Amino acid sequence: MVKFRDYLTYRGGPGHWSWVLHRVTGVGVFLFLLVHIVDIALVGWGPAVFNKLLFLYRYPPFRVGEVMLAGAVLYHALNGLRICIIDFWPEATVIQRKLVYAVGVTFVVVFIPAAVYMLSAILK
Amino acid sequence: MDEAGRPRPESGLELYAWMFMRVSGVVLLFLALGHLLIMHIIHNVDNIDFQFVARRYATPFWRTYDLVMLWLALIHGLNGIRTLVGDYVRPKGWQVATLASLYVFGFILLALGSLTIMTFQP
Repeated sequence: MVKFRDYLTYRGGPGHWSWVLHRVTGVGVFLFLLVHIVDIALVGWGPAVFNKLLFLYRYPPFRVGEVMLAGAVLYHALNGLRICIIDFWPEATVIQRKLVYAVGVTFVVVFIPAAVYMLSAILK
Repeated sequence: MDEAGRPRPESGLELYAWMFMRVSGVVLLFLALGHLLIMHIIHNVDNIDFQFVARRYATPFWRTYDLVMLWLALIHGLNGIRTLVGDYVRPKGWQVATLASLYVFGFILLALGSLTIMTFQP
């Protein structure tokens, strides 16, 4: 049985961290999806109930959570694409480390401006 | 070791599940990131309300988009959790109990989400 500490001390390099992040972001997005299905279901109870609930999502702590969720989806999508590339084109294994870094660079380039834009909307 | 993800199963249901994760993942890359771009960047929670949903759901296009995304995302997520249960819940009895509740819970949410999208009346 793998202990929690093993995840932090196992020296598997960047591939190991991609794997840990893929699991953590996957579970995070899944948990939010469950909440999201229930909150949107309230639309069936009419405008009064629905608009009252959505007001909650406008509070700054929820807006920060929204940005984290967007980051989790983006990372999981990019890293998932890397997994598909390696699984379907085994020749890509020779550049596997470069692919891990490409995921990181693409994530930062897309996420930072998106996060700044989303957070700046709170201050308006 | 050629695989980045879970090693490709030989055949049967496990192979379909493995393939589904990759195919649905690529489709979701467009659907979910498109959804985030439209609903959380171009529009955001300040201007989304009941009237916004009513206008959006007046045509079948966005209902279909949301329905496909819901099914793919929820089944993709449920199968991901199934993999984690296999990895982390070792006692056989607990594994069966966890998976059974996962499937029941998943089915209820899939039904609730589908009903919400299909039965919405402005």
